[in-house]
Amino acid sequence: MDFGAINPAVLIASLMMASVPILLAALGELVVEKAGVLNLGVEGMMIMGAICGFMVTIHTGNPFLGFIGGALGGAALSLIFAFLTQVLLANQVATGLALTMFGLGLSALLGQGYNGLKPAATGPVPFGPLTDLPFFGKVLFSHDWVVYFSVFMTGALWYVLKATRLGLIIRAVGESHEAAHALGYKVNRIRLGAIAFGGAMAGMGGAYISLVRVPQWVDGITAGAGWIALAIVVFASWRPWRALIGAYLFGGITVLQLNLQAAGSAIPVEYLSMSPYLITIAALVWMSSGKGKAAHNAPAALGQNFHASR
Amino acid sequence: MLRRTLLATAAIGFGLMAAGSAMAAGMDKVKACFVYVGPIGDGGWTFQHHQGALAVQEKFGDKVELQWQESVPEGADAERVLTQMAMGGCNIIFTTSFGYMDATNAVAAKFPDVKFEHATGFKRDSANVSTYNARFYEGRAVEGVMAGRMTKSNKIGYIGSFPIPEVVMGINSYYLAAKKVNPNVELSVVWAFTWFDPAKEADAAKALIDQGVDVIASHTDSTAPLAEAAKTGGKVIGFGQASDMAEYKDGPRVASIIDNWGPYYVERVGALLDGTYEQKDTWAGIAGGEVLIGEISASVPADVKAEAEALRDGIAAGTVHPFTGPINKQDGSPWLAEGATAPDGDLLGMNFFVEGIKGDIPQ
Repeated sequence: MDFGAINPAVLIASLMMASVPILLAALGELVVEKAGVLNLGVEGMMIMGAICGFMVTIHTGNPFLGFIGGALGGAALSLIFAFLTQVLLANQVATGLALTMFGLGLSALLGQGYNGLKPAATGPVPFGPLTDLPFFGKVLFSHDWVVYFSVFMTGALWYVLKATRLGLIIRAVGESHEAAHALGYKVNRIRLGAIAFGGAMAGMGGAYISLVRVPQWVDGITAGAGWIALAIVVFASWRPWRALIGAYLFGGITVLQLNLQAAGSAIPVEYLSMSPYLITIAALVWMSSGKGKAAHNAPAALGQNFHASR
Repeated sequence: MLRRTLLATAAIGFGLMAAGSAMAAGMDKVKACFVYVGPIGDGGWTFQHHQGALAVQEKFGDKVELQWQESVPEGADAERVLTQMAMGGCNIIFTTSFGYMDATNAVAAKFPDVKFEHATGFKRDSANVSTYNARFYEGRAVEGVMAGRMTKSNKIGYIGSFPIPEVVMGINSYYLAAKKVNPNVELSVVWAFTWFDPAKEADAAKALIDQGVDVIASHTDSTAPLAEAAKTGGKVIGFGQASDMAEYKDGPRVASIIDNWGPYYVERVGALLDGTYEQKDTWAGIAGGEVLIGEISASVPADVKAEAEALRDGIAAGTVHPFTGPINKQDGSPWLAEGATAPDGDLLGMNFFVEGIKGDIPQ
């Protein structure tokens, strides 16, 4: 492949930035699904986070508080989902889709009057002389704190899910809620916590779009990022590090194909645009072939509601 | 005196009524419906169409009922929305994106009594379909002059939406004008394949900036490219697209192309009200007031500003055409001879870059 005039350091740095929203949202959804809940409302929660974070930043002038506000906004919306599915036992797929539509509409309503404003900037973390290192300075030490936070969360989630009691409980609830219930765990309460966490992560991802990536508010700003996050969870077969790879792959190809165009590459745009999806298909085929059976680890109770009737 | 005025008014009123009933096509009340490709809050393309719709309401008041739907995808969904509108009592439906072309014509064939107005398209399959467009390429030429004069890296960029004639002619016009004032200029085109996706538009702008481009024009609908340019702290400039985008006036926005649909919408709805409505194909530009050049900001040097304004006024007066030969196509074959101007048919079907632009148009 002809990389032409593209500087790989610049490319990697921008793909890390471009992937943050989908990575954060995918990590949140990963935990939700590990707990056995399928929340298709990621897009709605992201855009709620985008507008809430934006509003908080405009009013306080502090982008950090904006991210907190975005997380709270996403979590608040996800609690509606939690109430409907965990208390009223509504169908998760339908509720999740409704949540997306509701979030898109509500955010447009809340966003009235916020068009065209500019939020306070989130600057890169000051690393001093490290930033001037050749290649690594640009790739590793030129980002804002959210980029590092997203990578940190990937590692943290991997550790929590794999090696802690909390992770074991979440997985147990997602694999067999009957068994977890028999052991005395409050299935619905644990799921509620997971849903709120997922909402907060999606909200932060959304806030990253409206505060850093685009720095402004326009209706429908997330433009489908939530759906990509959902796809990445499956692509990652519910493993945090693979979610990171998936997000960087999607984000990377997007950035790469635009850069290739700007640099005047001869590769037709269509091939580049479809390559992430081709890779996803290839990965899914590989996973469902005999070799990858173990890797095909969807939580057994995914999408099933639980009611403690016995 | 007063009584005489009153009588005169009454007489005119009766006369009008008689004229109205004679033509029989006038209407007391029109329901005007608008289909938007993005949200009204995009600050660009759809926002301007909605401003036009509001102008209609302001002009006719109670005689007009507005209805609109935002973010309608181009394709099968559009057909469903149009059918619903037509059955819901809309008298005239404005479809405001190129991609609604086939849906508009398909639905129009089923509802001969409803008028359809399709923006930027060229198909008028049934008698109730009109098309309207603006000569945005005229504005692009004015932008091109500023781009050619103001670039320091001699690299200018263009964020294309879809490879359709409308966009291609904008790119060509921008490039030709820039090349004319700055022979060293190079143009990078990035295709975003979307009308509205702020994150992707920002990424496209970032990719251009990463490649050394310092003047960015965009053909997408949001203000995201300007927001991205603003991050460079003045190194990169851009243009407001479709709407003035004046909120970036202190930053990267040096001028803008404003789509001014209001007068056309008022004219068409008015024609429907008084019964003079006819199918037509409108393509007005700077001269007709459909394309306005937004205020050129203070960061543009006075001589460049004067040059851009001279071009604008020349186009308005009809003495300058942005596509004036000799112009060759990208492959070197001749297109326009010395002094010839581009016929509208060539522009509306434009599917080639002019000589000097690198890269291919995706097919």
